[in-house]
Amino acid sequence: MSPVFVRSIRFALPLLVLLLTACHREMPAVNFHADGRPPKLSDWHVVEARDGALQLNADVVPYDLNTPLFTDYAHKLRTIWMPAGTSATYNAIDTFDFPVGTIISKTFYYPKAKTDAAGDVARTDDYSHDFVGQNLDLSKVHLVETRILVRRKDGWAALPYVWNDEQTDATLARTGAVLPLTLVDVADTRENFNYVVPDESQCASCHAQDWISRKIHPIGLKARHLNKNYAYAEGGENQLEHLMKVGYLSGAPASTSAPRNANWADPHAPLDARARAYLDINCGHCHNGNGAANTTGLTLDIGTPEDRHLGLCKPPTAAGRGTGDHFFDIVPGQPDDSILPYRLSSKEPGVMMPEIGRSTVHREGVALIRAWIAAQSGDCVAIH
Amino acid sequence: MRKLLITCAIGVALAGCGKHDAAPQSSGDASFESKLQEQLLDAKAGSVIDIPAGHYHLARGLSLRTDGVTIRGAGMDKTVLSFKDQISGPEGLLVNANDFTIENLALEDTKGDALKINQGKNITIHGVRVEWTDGPKTTNGAYGLYPVKTQNVLIEDSVVIGASDAGIYVGQSNNIVVRRNRAERNVAGIEIENSVNADVHDNAATNNTGGILIFNMPNLSQAGHASRVFKNKVIANNTGNFAAKGAAVASVPAGSGVVVNSNDKVEIFDNDIADNQTANIIVSSYFSTNYYNKRGVAADYNPYPKGISIYGNRLKGGGDSPDGIKLKTLKTAVYGFNGHFPDVLWDGYSDPKALVNGLPPAADRICIKDVSGVLNADGPHDYKSPTTDTKPYECTLPNLPAVVLAPEPKV
Repeated sequence: MSPVFVRSIRFALPLLVLLLTACHREMPAVNFHADGRPPKLSDWHVVEARDGALQLNADVVPYDLNTPLFTDYAHKLRTIWMPAGTSATYNAIDTFDFPVGTIISKTFYYPKAKTDAAGDVARTDDYSHDFVGQNLDLSKVHLVETRILVRRKDGWAALPYVWNDEQTDATLARTGAVLPLTLVDVADTRENFNYVVPDESQCASCHAQDWISRKIHPIGLKARHLNKNYAYAEGGENQLEHLMKVGYLSGAPASTSAPRNANWADPHAPLDARARAYLDINCGHCHNGNGAANTTGLTLDIGTPEDRHLGLCKPPTAAGRGTGDHFFDIVPGQPDDSILPYRLSSKEPGVMMPEIGRSTVHREGVALIRAWIAAQSGDCVAIH
Repeated sequence: MRKLLITCAIGVALAGCGKHDAAPQSSGDASFESKLQEQLLDAKAGSVIDIPAGHYHLARGLSLRTDGVTIRGAGMDKTVLSFKDQISGPEGLLVNANDFTIENLALEDTKGDALKINQGKNITIHGVRVEWTDGPKTTNGAYGLYPVKTQNVLIEDSVVIGASDAGIYVGQSNNIVVRRNRAERNVAGIEIENSVNADVHDNAATNNTGGILIFNMPNLSQAGHASRVFKNKVIANNTGNFAAKGAAVASVPAGSGVVVNSNDKVEIFDNDIADNQTANIIVSSYFSTNYYNKRGVAADYNPYPKGISIYGNRLKGGGDSPDGIKLKTLKTAVYGFNGHFPDVLWDGYSDPKALVNGLPPAADRICIKDVSGVLNADGPHDYKSPTTDTKPYECTLPNLPAVVLAPEPKV
């Protein structure tokens, strides 16, 4: 039997169901694929480009994080959907326990640049015009990729899809992709870079937060990242409370009792909380007790005590030339002598941290970590 | 192909190093790369990924996360994966899997580590060449063959050239055999770090900064002990240290043959060690690295080398031109301008709390035989009172058992 034939059978059933039931904005019902790798993003019916906008299907709930991972200044639209009648179980520290059938999507996009050369995208921290009333206006943004994380019977699977030039659909890119883009800021300063879509295996580089079990999990769907307000179409609400209300989450305490990371960019939040939130989401998926970087003795997740584990006066283990001629991960008060900001400031493979997921330097993030180190006191005097 | 690459490289240089430029990869290379990635994604236990002879340019690092896979080339000079124009990685190949075998191919010019195997058991590396083709450079990748947190590891008949840290680097692993390899022009030729039960034998380490290193670093998952270094040729490792400062091996003086740092139960015997200009054999503690500070180093870390046994080696030359002003001054002070260090240089640190009648407990002693002499450099007092008396090293330690790989690798 040809694969095409099998596929058409599999597709016929949901189509039939669709014809018999009311549908949301004419979008077929969300389609949980229990196995396999659907070739198109639209095969999932989670988010779709329709009528000049990227639209969310019914019961697909958008969310964002107190402090997000930096990805070459890309903006991100995150969504979650679960089969009717199922919900995730709250956990105060780890990723919530999600039911089979859960589909998470993350769409990476850029606001369009004023210039209109091919590959030009805007570098802007202004997210306010992106996602309005459940729609991403495609006249204003350029879609790059959408990653699907799907909870199947045997665990989570990660599937990267790359948007076509016409911005009508995204195609499975199991082996990733390299997309040359140019960031253009308000002053028309241009920065060329290679936007790298990870291959399927590289998804696990971050999402397998435990390198012994090698199981992959969502990273952002933890209480401390989600515990914030979100401007839903129907009004603002705390995300944990909203997820409880719509039935996607059970067992969560009142949001005031749940852990909460700072917003790294919030000038009113304490510097230490902002820096720790930044390190947690950008580094903690590898630099934790069981992660890929547990070979280094450096842990950067939110629970790490403020001592050598966090890098204070810690000699590097296997940094190689990533030391930048510095002796310690963090020298209190001395960002210029510390390895951490050096590696965050690099975009050279073999030096840069995180190792994958960016090709540009997050200047504002580096500035935050430098300010945090500058504010620390003490020194690292060698003993003989 | 080669001509095209050179043209691109010149183009980039003239354009002021445009960051934009995608790798100068031919369409053939690109389709090879995605096919190989797909093979790695689709591999199942028992899969053998055969890579035919050819010189392939890859733009992105590869990774494998499936147990029981073999990657096989047509020979270390026939199947060449070049990462010279790598734009993301940082490794050439990153493996997080058990029962992994790689053989008969070459990885060249990776931006970061060439082959990193992070967490896995039953690892076999056979006939693999890793090379940074421009020779020793600080900007070369750090490690060549790099299993870390692995169990039951065999590295044999392989070649590593030009690593800016260690050519062959086994870290935080157990049950290890490293044999019949050639390590040249790396900072460290072969390094066993924080590992337990390692046999390093029949290797040739030459023209590195340091030939064979047995180290223990602080703050890691386990302390290393029980390494046997035997039947190796460790000759003329005098290449200037080109590691970035702060890297673990940056403290190794050029001209080091076999170096034990802060590790325990190390047996060094039946080697040919010659013409290493700082010293043919160095025994030292973490104090001498300049990285030791109370705040950044775990309180339970033991910086002292203990239970070191050196005997039956064939030693020749060396010690005549030690690296660094401090060691040069020390040499001249003790042996004169035209003199040379003896075969063994010890930095002189031993745990003062453990000393009984001025010597460590029997099992923790440094026992040295069949050498031209030993210099205790008196590191704790900044080399003020070095001593050459060899009596403190007249002792014998029990031999360590041979490492048995179980299961036996099938190569």
